[in-house]
Amino acid sequence: MIVADRKSLEEILEMVEDCKKILIVGCKGCVTVCNVGGVKEVEILSSSLKIARKKAGIEIEIDMHTLERQCDNEYIEQIKETVNDYDAVVSMACGVGPQFLSEMYKDQKFFPALDTTFFGGATEHGVWEERCAGCGTCIIHKYDGLCPVARCAKSLLHGPCGGSSNSACEISKDTECVWDSIVRKKMEQGRLEDLLGVTEARDWRSARDGGPRRSIREELVQGNI
Amino acid sequence: MSELKSGSNLEKVLNAGHFAFTGECGPPKGANVEHLVEKFKFLKGNVDAVNITDNQTAVVRMSSMAASALMVQEGMEPNFQMVCRDRNRLAIMSDILGAYALGIRNMLCLSGDHQTFGNHPEAKNVHDIDSMQLIRLVKTMREGKFMNGDDIDVAPKMFIGAACNPFADPYEFRVHRLANKIEAGADFIQTQCIFNMEKFRDFMKKVVDMGLHEKCYILAGVTPMKNAGMANFMSKFVPGMDIPDDLIKRLKSVDKKDQSEEGIKFALEQVEEFKGMEGVAGVHMMAIEWEHMVPEIAKRAGVLPRPQV
Ligand code: SF4
Ligand code: SF4
Repeated sequence: MIVADRKSLEEILEMVEDCKKILIVGCKGCVTVCNVGGVKEVEILSSSLKIARKKAGIEIEIDMHTLERQCDNEYIEQIKETVNDYDAVVSMACGVGPQFLSEMYKDQKFFPALDTTFFGGATEHGVWEERCAGCGTCIIHKYDGLCPVARCAKSLLHGPCGGSSNSACEISKDTECVWDSIVRKKMEQGRLEDLLGVTEARDWRSARDGGPRRSIREELVQGNI
Repeated sequence: MSELKSGSNLEKVLNAGHFAFTGECGPPKGANVEHLVEKFKFLKGNVDAVNITDNQTAVVRMSSMAASALMVQEGMEPNFQMVCRDRNRLAIMSDILGAYALGIRNMLCLSGDHQTFGNHPEAKNVHDIDSMQLIRLVKTMREGKFMNGDDIDVAPKMFIGAACNPFADPYEFRVHRLANKIEAGADFIQTQCIFNMEKFRDFMKKVVDMGLHEKCYILAGVTPMKNAGMANFMSKFVPGMDIPDDLIKRLKSVDKKDQSEEGIKFALEQVEEFKGMEGVAGVHMMAIEWEHMVPEIAKRAGVLPRPQV
């Protein structure tokens, strides 16, 4: 899923500084699963903003609405009756949400309440870790399902580098060296030869380096499915 | 003697079967040419080639290509270091051409320390290609082709170097990674600073068993310790550095003012052992910010005069 962190209250307060009435839009997708943008978090942000503004002597009126998903125009449409009743709309979805909203509602302003971080999952309660960088050409079959592109701090295809120490990455003792894991797994399985030889340089066009990306499923476009 | 690939002094020294002795010099944090040239003087005549570091530890310094070119002007031979952290393949290829045009004949291909170590941790890191692919690329360019297969008009014929850290983990894989670098096209290897001699002996045994020393020149990395504090610091804070407690104890066992002499003594003992160690073709002396000691170290190590080839 897409993982995000909530921005600090100060940062959000600053965005809505000039607003007297706002709408906070949550999302029931990934950000609900990672406990950062669902019904509950929308409520928490709303009351925190209200308290802070009251303290500052400029009260703010806040409505809340949590959509099924903010990356789908079908759901974005559901707020069309009320969206322009506010000075601004704060989205608690990943970075996709404020943009889909902004594209549909030309006259309204949309602010992100989250910092979208990565594609990953929870490794323990309350801890999420990155697993994929969406590079557009998945190559992890070569590494027994572990991704050096997203998880090696240098995206090396021939690791581990000289900074790998005790299974930790050179950037911090708390960061796993994924290359250490890749090598150990290959060694345990007796398939170290998979890692020998020089891998071709990557074609980064499929990643964001090639410009904004688009996926077209012809069969769906033509309405055959 | 085999046919020369680049004709660099370092290549000729190694090719003629001499025990190589290379040095290292970090460019200034500024455009202070005078200071840089001052440092060159300590190395001149005492080493076969000098590694010019490329924003080492991700701290911004004068570009390694410019400092290497200044060294060429001084009649010395640089080993131009290049990291993959700061350049994409376009910049890498154009810098290789530029370096060659400026008279640079040796290159050391590195991944580069992560930028979080440095003084601009906010920077974006590039890593378009990695060090293995860089080695392959320098070789491809030496053979007259760009990465895309287009012809190069006057190929940059570099003597290709790569690094090897036998002390990083997982240890069992290190010799295979070295073999990979040789397969990619490395002509010579400079190892990370060696302090744990026991481990290095074991590593070299593996290297020799695999016959890697016959395909590539291996230069053992030596850094003289200035004092016990430096040893302690490196042991704690430099990733992939293996400093045995015995060495720290040895440095601590003498008076503070004598610790640098003790550090040099250890380095000299190492050089002596490397001279006789199977598979080791030379020493890479990294006297970090201690260039003025190189003449004395070289003399006491018995590696002077350097061969004229
Ligand atoms: S190779 Fe690319 S697509 Fe596959 S997991 Fe890694 S970043 Fe994601
Ligand atoms: S220590 Fe491991 S994860 Fe970190 S940069 Fe090196 S190879 Fe990549």
